[in-house]
Amino acid sequence: MSHILPELPYAYDALEPYIDARTMEIHHTRHHQAYITNLNAAIKDKVELQQMSVDQLIRNLDEIPEEIRTIVRNHGGGHANHSFFWPLLKKDVALAGPIADAITADFGSFENFREKFTAAATRVFGSGWAWLTVDNRKLEIVATPNQDSPIMLGKIPVLGLDVWEHAYYLLYQNRRPDYIAAFFNVINWEKVNDNFLAAVN
Amino acid sequence: MSTDQHAVVSPLTLPSLPYPDNALAPVISANTLGFHYGKHHRGYVDNLNKLVAGTDFADLPLPKIISETAGKPDKATIFNNAAQIWNHTFYWNSLRAAGGGQPPALLKEKIEASFGTLDACKKELAAAAMAQFGSGWAWLVLDGDKIKVVKTANAEVPMTAGQKPLLTIDVWEHAYYLDYQNRRLDYVQAVLDKLINWDFAAENLG
Ligand SMILES: [Fe+2]
Ligand SMILES: [Fe+2]
Repeated sequence: MSHILPELPYAYDALEPYIDARTMEIHHTRHHQAYITNLNAAIKDKVELQQMSVDQLIRNLDEIPEEIRTIVRNHGGGHANHSFFWPLLKKDVALAGPIADAITADFGSFENFREKFTAAATRVFGSGWAWLTVDNRKLEIVATPNQDSPIMLGKIPVLGLDVWEHAYYLLYQNRRPDYIAAFFNVINWEKVNDNFLAAVN
Repeated sequence: MSTDQHAVVSPLTLPSLPYPDNALAPVISANTLGFHYGKHHRGYVDNLNKLVAGTDFADLPLPKIISETAGKPDKATIFNNAAQIWNHTFYWNSLRAAGGGQPPALLKEKIEASFGTLDACKKELAAAAMAQFGSGWAWLVLDGDKIKVVKTANAEVPMTAGQKPLLTIDVWEHAYYLDYQNRRLDYVQAVLDKLINWDFAAENLG
């Protein structure tokens, strides 16, 4: 089985004006596709690895043959992270449900969560991601470099933000903080809530 | 109330670009250089000045700040900003309008001794630039008396590995995204064919 590019659950212009259609199209059809192409090339002679989902591949990197481990980490990670990211984006979804209560319980307030998440995403030096994860039923904010996933750390992501420059450069150039602020207008909290419930149940 | 007299005098200033911001077009647009030099490079200078103000680092020259903070996790932010200032200045000098072509004789000889041909050297530089996953730099360096190609992640510099940089190519996405988007290879090849400043690399041979 080779991995294929998942379709976006919305049109490329669905997140305008916060994330522009051109960025979405290049990000999806070029960057995400390249991770998949490189992952498929790395496992093309490894029949047993081809049976595994991408999340299974990156969960136990120690068990991946050494000669392709870095490729699976980088490009498998890239495939997993982007597949996770796209459904997290949708305009006009209110924060509600158990995830809302958990954020208040674990961060004191939504504003405090937002501040801490923004700081983590701003501080990533170079390319990487900021995440909200569940570990032992508790929410925490985590940053990872490049295409490393919280799954590689044994944590379950419920929300993630791509802060590679390719995610925002066409619209925001050097202004990553503006992109992070815009992201808060396109978080699909229903999906985040589903991710949270799946993680704690 | 503070006055200008009490304001901290920043020890570091942004070096000027060695050419106008449209000099590298169309390979690197004036738009890209405007952001890259005017926002990114300037941002590293502003950040570092804030970070070192009132510390022992404030009086040190840039290369000393870099060597004193390299490999120290608790000094990573200072290292990152200091090294990025140095890397970008070195990058601007590694490029010039109507660059590319043939290196000066002595450098060419050394390149051929290490790589066989100039073309093989350029191919290895392009391969290093492509293989740098995420943000970073591709370098031509002098290691002992041998010329080598290396890559570094994020702000890392070859000097910490005892190598002497001869030239560099920035492969952070901001270096090429407005002009090339995901097509890093097109950017790198155009830089190697049309902008690379072999004279600068030859001067760095010492
Ligand atoms: Fe991305
Ligand atoms: Fe740069």
